[in-house]
Amino acid sequence: MDVVLLSRLQFAFTIGFHYIFPLLTIGMGVVMVYLEVQHLRTGDPLFETAARFWTRIFALNFAIGVATGIVMEFQFGTNWAVYSRFVGDVFGSALAAEGIFAFFLESGFLALLVFGWDRISPRMHVFATLMVALGSVFSSIWIVVANSWQQTPAGHHIVPVMRDGQQLIIDGTPVLRAEIVDFWALVFNPSTVQRLVHVWIGAFILGTFFVMSISAWYLLKGRHVEFAKKSFSGALLFATIASLAALASGHFQSKNVYHWQPAKLAAFEGHYESGPAAMSLFGVPDDSTETVRFNIAIPGGLSFLVHEDFSYPVVGLDRFRPEDRPPVLVSFASYHIMIGLGMTFIGLTLVASFLLWRSRLFTSRWLLWIFVFAVGGALIANELGWVAAEVGRQPWSVYPPLAWTADGDLVTGHSGRVEYDETLGLRTRDAVSPSIDRSQVMGSLIGFGFIYLGLLAVWLYVLDQKIRHGPDPVGPASRRDDGLLAAAARRADHTESLTGSEGSG
Amino acid sequence: MDLAVIWFLIEGALLIGYAILDGFDLGVGILHPFVPADDRERRIAINSIGPLWDGNEVWLVTFGGVLFAAFPGAYATVFSGFYTAFMLLLAALIFRAVSMEFRSKVQHHHWRRFWDWSFFGGSAVATFLFGVAVGNGMLGMPLDKAGNFTGVLLDQLSPYTLLVGLMTVALFAMHGGLFLYLKTEGDFQERLRDWMWRSWGIFLVTYMLTTIYTLVLVPRATANFEHWPVAAIVVVVNVLAVANIPRALHWGRPGQAFVSSCVVIASLVMLFGLALFPNLVTASNEAAHSVTVFSAASSPKTLGIMLIIALIGMPFVLAYTGIVYWTFRGKVRLDEHSY
Repeated sequence: MDVVLLSRLQFAFTIGFHYIFPLLTIGMGVVMVYLEVQHLRTGDPLFETAARFWTRIFALNFAIGVATGIVMEFQFGTNWAVYSRFVGDVFGSALAAEGIFAFFLESGFLALLVFGWDRISPRMHVFATLMVALGSVFSSIWIVVANSWQQTPAGHHIVPVMRDGQQLIIDGTPVLRAEIVDFWALVFNPSTVQRLVHVWIGAFILGTFFVMSISAWYLLKGRHVEFAKKSFSGALLFATIASLAALASGHFQSKNVYHWQPAKLAAFEGHYESGPAAMSLFGVPDDSTETVRFNIAIPGGLSFLVHEDFSYPVVGLDRFRPEDRPPVLVSFASYHIMIGLGMTFIGLTLVASFLLWRSRLFTSRWLLWIFVFAVGGALIANELGWVAAEVGRQPWSVYPPLAWTADGDLVTGHSGRVEYDETLGLRTRDAVSPSIDRSQVMGSLIGFGFIYLGLLAVWLYVLDQKIRHGPDPVGPASRRDDGLLAAAARRADHTESLTGSEGSG
Repeated sequence: MDLAVIWFLIEGALLIGYAILDGFDLGVGILHPFVPADDRERRIAINSIGPLWDGNEVWLVTFGGVLFAAFPGAYATVFSGFYTAFMLLLAALIFRAVSMEFRSKVQHHHWRRFWDWSFFGGSAVATFLFGVAVGNGMLGMPLDKAGNFTGVLLDQLSPYTLLVGLMTVALFAMHGGLFLYLKTEGDFQERLRDWMWRSWGIFLVTYMLTTIYTLVLVPRATANFEHWPVAAIVVVVNVLAVANIPRALHWGRPGQAFVSSCVVIASLVMLFGLALFPNLVTASNEAAHSVTVFSAASSPKTLGIMLIIALIGMPFVLAYTGIVYWTFRGKVRLDEHSY
């Protein structure tokens, strides 16, 4: 394995692990704001019990998200120095904006949210929760802006790098970089909004399935039943809406991907030969024969998806030189499994909603058991969505532009294949740091492997402890409602850990 | 003023903010195995920084993000050049962060001891590596024309860089000790007094050695003082602040000692900036290969956009920081919810 492949593996591994936590933060943030607002509105202490319980788990997730997130911030520089120099002007701005607008907001109000239950007023606490949720959403905006710019670059131009008034030339090639021309065109590049919506929906699905998983377990064990019912019903409402929305958002995204990155969509669908295209439901793409084996497909399905016409010709991988094609098998598999899981979520949530309406949900133990484990599927679907998006982007780090003719065909060269202007994009294999070697990256990859597996084990262990411990009931005479003096007396001597702890001493 | 210079100053301000804020919580971690006598005191120590460390670390993340955006050339050179050191730093920061979280969750002696040592190790290694990085920044490193590091890992571990690493550990231990002194009382606070003197003493020795070593070894460290003699104020302030710490401790003014320690850190970062400017990374092999504020900067348009972002964002950042520190002011008390 070379430095490029090792660096890609390291990036995929570290981002894949990190991604669990911000997703849970975004998804659970919405649930917690809902619970706290309900408590403020109705005064029902059960909402406060629920909010306090979820806060602890939320904070545990947040801490690991912060710890693993720092790795991401620096990894562009450590492993992808050429990329960093090429895109820093554009891509770095989005990351810096994320730090200034999102991270400070999140971390500041997180302290109030977790440690401030008895130090600030209930209204201020709801506000803090809202701000943390908002911070996590801001964070996702900037990071998706940055990633979408790699996929569908806009608002920039590529210019030679100058050094002391002269073009910088290394090994006979002028060094180029991207610079911002139009900031808002960069932010709202052609794929930002659609991808962001899809990411948010994915986060809501994971967050709500996480809440439902723990609640279903309590219901099955007959513990904290009222609390679990409230949490489950609230989460189910959001989960049902989100599952349906994911399908719609995915559909519009496919059309957009086809327009800007047709090679990517062709790889998703295993569509090798241009022409009317089927939509594969199951199969194993085989590059050597350029076919999909064991294919079960809807004839004309892909044509219908991108053109609303079952016989419309769809551009296939044959329009791209072999070195310009993404790896088909990984793209195809991740894309299809994600969609399969998404369809399953729609089915599950609709059945559960129906049973809830018929007041039979909480006695349907088989379904509750499915929900205990469905959160794993939600996580896998989210991760695979990113695998599809990023592997499908290959072999480019920054996608070069391509053009369409007026009658909806790709502009190709004499060979009948797309000829990209290489100076307008950046290949992944050219983006890696020249100053690092194989053994360094191998070492850090193994190191991250051990540390993250350890973290995962400890995280699951502590999570398990928290869940077994369950929520602590808050009496109807809530401690926060007993007047200013009592609150002030308590204020000075109260500390809570980020997640609370089992006993003292 | 040139936008690139403005951004150099903003990066300096972010680094000062980071070093002062995360400096004390790293310092609390460094003192962790030595000062607290039992589990209760260890919990007091950890809870003193509990609500604060996360926000403090965001200064580092923002420093990195701004370096990427404003000086992509320097970001790429530094992070890829110090690859192994940065991977160690990341591992240290991860261990530190999760130790505080995980430690309290299980009441088992060995479990707690493990996370205690991991908290100390993460804090000490991270601090030491920050110092080593600054030392290497002072010395410079071999770079090719594109700004890529061409040396080997061992180049980065010279006696000078190790010395700066040690000085940083002593400095943050002292800074953390002063902070902890303000957050504790009674017997624990009394024992901290000795550690404040001890860490101040070690800092003083390494500080003087580093100063001498720098004056001998790094001639360009003082070159900028010829252009701006007024910068000598920083040196004077730095020395006065170092000297004021024992004075304030002697007269029983720990708050003043802590502020002095903040000033020491801020002025040391300024001296580092003065030694570097206009370079961000000095090429030790060929002066023309140095990555400078001007050669590494993003386009003026981008720097301008970023300045607007910073002007909108920074007042909010200061407001959040103020609210959090105000809410969690005062001495640490433990109850069933603490770490």
